[in-house]
Amino acid sequence: MKYDVIVIGSGPGGYVAAIRCAQLGMKTACVEKGPLGGTCLNVGCIPSKALLHSSELVYKLDHHLPEHGINIEKSSFDFDKMMGRKRDVVTSFNQGIAALFKKNKIDHLQGTGSLKSPTTVSVDGTDYETTHIILATGSEPISLPFLPIDEKRVVTSTGALSLEQVPKKLLVIGAGVIGVELGSVYKRLGSEVTFIEFLPKICPTLDETISKAFQKILEKQGMTFHLNTKVTAADIAQDKITLTTDKETFEGDVVLCSIGRRPYTQDLGLENVGITPNKGFIPINGRFQTSVPNIYAIGDIVDGPMLAHKASEEGVVVAEILANENPTIDYIAIPSVVYTDPEVAAVGLTEKEAKDKGLEVKTGSFPFSINSRAKCTGELDGLVKIVADAKTDILLGIHIVGAHASEIIAEAVLAIHNKVTALELANTPHAHPTLSEAVKEASLDVHKRVIHK
Amino acid sequence: MKMEIKVPEAGESVTEATVSQVLKETGSFVKTDDELIELETDKVNQPIYAPADGTLELTVKVDDVVKVGQVIGYVDTEGAAKQAPEAPSAAAPKEEEKAPTTSPEKAAIEGPSARVSIDEHLQKLETPAPAAPPTLTPAPVLPKTKIEEGTVTRRRMTRLRKTIAKRLVAAKNETAMLTTFNEVDMSEIMAIRSREQEGFVKRNGVKLGFMSFFVKAVVAALKEFPDVNSFIDGDEIATFQTYDVCIAVSTEKGLMVPVIRGCDEMSFGQIEQNIAGFATKAREGKISIDDMRGGSFTITNGGVFGSMLSTPILNPPQSAILGMHTIVKRPVVIGDKIEIRPIMYLALSYDHRIVDGREAIQFLVHMKNNLEEPTRMLIDL
Repeated sequence: MKYDVIVIGSGPGGYVAAIRCAQLGMKTACVEKGPLGGTCLNVGCIPSKALLHSSELVYKLDHHLPEHGINIEKSSFDFDKMMGRKRDVVTSFNQGIAALFKKNKIDHLQGTGSLKSPTTVSVDGTDYETTHIILATGSEPISLPFLPIDEKRVVTSTGALSLEQVPKKLLVIGAGVIGVELGSVYKRLGSEVTFIEFLPKICPTLDETISKAFQKILEKQGMTFHLNTKVTAADIAQDKITLTTDKETFEGDVVLCSIGRRPYTQDLGLENVGITPNKGFIPINGRFQTSVPNIYAIGDIVDGPMLAHKASEEGVVVAEILANENPTIDYIAIPSVVYTDPEVAAVGLTEKEAKDKGLEVKTGSFPFSINSRAKCTGELDGLVKIVADAKTDILLGIHIVGAHASEIIAEAVLAIHNKVTALELANTPHAHPTLSEAVKEASLDVHKRVIHK
Repeated sequence: MKMEIKVPEAGESVTEATVSQVLKETGSFVKTDDELIELETDKVNQPIYAPADGTLELTVKVDDVVKVGQVIGYVDTEGAAKQAPEAPSAAAPKEEEKAPTTSPEKAAIEGPSARVSIDEHLQKLETPAPAAPPTLTPAPVLPKTKIEEGTVTRRRMTRLRKTIAKRLVAAKNETAMLTTFNEVDMSEIMAIRSREQEGFVKRNGVKLGFMSFFVKAVVAALKEFPDVNSFIDGDEIATFQTYDVCIAVSTEKGLMVPVIRGCDEMSFGQIEQNIAGFATKAREGKISIDDMRGGSFTITNGGVFGSMLSTPILNPPQSAILGMHTIVKRPVVIGDKIEIRPIMYLALSYDHRIVDGREAIQFLVHMKNNLEEPTRMLIDL
């Protein structure tokens, strides 16, 4: 039997591509060597959000409830149970994808997929013929040469999500999205958390204003940041780990190395079909074709932000391309979120990016400290910043640091994708009292018409 | 599977179209490439074809305005197997019906890019939105004469008519247009026509008309006065190196201006053949956008309807247009005697921003001389 499509990788790119292909009438298989769901579901977005929420509840118990007049005599938490809950969440999703595959008649080929020819995928020695192949093998964490990962004491995000106990002192190399999220988890659970960041700001893709405000908020929560600092050596002793930097030395009992991720194409057999990665990434054209026309690539192994929803969108687009449709994906409208407390969410260009592109910009902002809903709930940290094109008033970027930013960003994505103007967004009725009113006010601020500031 | 029917690209400046005719009804069975509906765009009428065999579902009706890329209906190919008259109904096993209706083999390798980069998104930042908050002052409204209902009948402007209206007003508002006149004694051309007609028809299959003489005279004059063959592009004057002459033709649907390309290298016969070809296409409503793209100079002949004299209006971005008129026998002074001669008035409207009066007048005089003595054109005068 010959498949129409074999998808290699079952992460948010691969499994979504497989489902869409099947929906469009193609005979589809999806190859996965590990549990279904890839990084996102097993060692990424999902488990980290589970732990982030659990730890946030712990933190609120001590820090927010008293101001609401709620006193808990002696709060405590059960770390094992917390981890167990996280595992249950993950497992339920694994089963969910398996069920979706079954429903859509997608064959799950268990094992390591590798390209044998442009139309043959070998899965642990068994060959499968197919018309098209979608590569969706994702990415893996980068490590430092002098700091071997054991996922116990020297961990990547994978190990950090499965620690056996809360470390006393956690050193985080790299204050990017993954670093500050997992650092937040352990800070809330009682660790002393220190970040060592090579660059001059945290989460470097964020807008300058947002990044600065965000750092201050995290510092207020007790996290320490050492920016412009380069880790040069590590000493892993029995009782502690010492990191040497170009500034000072740091000691901790667990080190989280979160300096970025790289495309994962190991054992994929790219050389057998003549696909040559460029700096690890697989080059593709505007229709996601690799140098072999019937082999497509999506997600973290291709250009663009390494985000689950970006991969999923690409998966859908490729499936529709295979069905002779002409779908599009608008890369400016891919939101990014940091699931700390408060959350950070952004879509479009930062003020600097817009200026670097030669655009004349207008900006507006509004702080949550004077937003009605934020006052009611006591979640006062953060702000909304709007960047618009000065000539056309069309929105270029919307940046939020504040409670529930990940949910508020949805309207911003819709606005950016549809080239809405700041004035149109400002004139859109928003329910009162809501956090999203801050988006409206920030848009009004672009036109110096803000009401509540 | 449902295949989308989309409004195709129809040229750079075409962004929307009006549904002018529905040729196949929703629910009917259609075959690949059947004409489904006819769209009327700014420039031409264009049929939309079925992308596949199947049952048609249209989501638009006559007079709906649609945009390029818009989905205007579907062809349900599921129905194809069941409804196609020639499909063997019983022979096909059940499973087959559920077989992938999209053939992945055929997956479009070529097609528009699906990946809209940030820079591409930004390039498409469209027409400026109101940057300032709306003011309360009402926009000035043109004074309207109150018209009693019942004293007029109304019909919708076609898209072609709207475009003509828009472009003509633009031509008037955005150029410094004026017209110079002259008259041509047509005796010599008429003599050649009656003398050589039979041989010409035999050789070329079309009649020797007046138009080929005028096209040739225009080319000769354009060569002499290249500024007339130019247009303004920003701060630059761009001069055509081609002699592509547009001929305005009146069709049932409105004015159309097909282009005869490379007139400098054409024989009289080839020019007449081209004109005859466009006349046929115009009658059948088949003049395409490609037929009308470009052109460096336009000739319009109001004479066919009896016009004695008129001031034609420019066809932007071109800088001049020649108006031909009806041939009338007039008393003219030749030497010191009054003679009866067939005379045509010529009008040349031009854009004074780029063409000076002296050149325009000399251009027309040059044409007059060549038309009165066509032999001059043989020796490149």
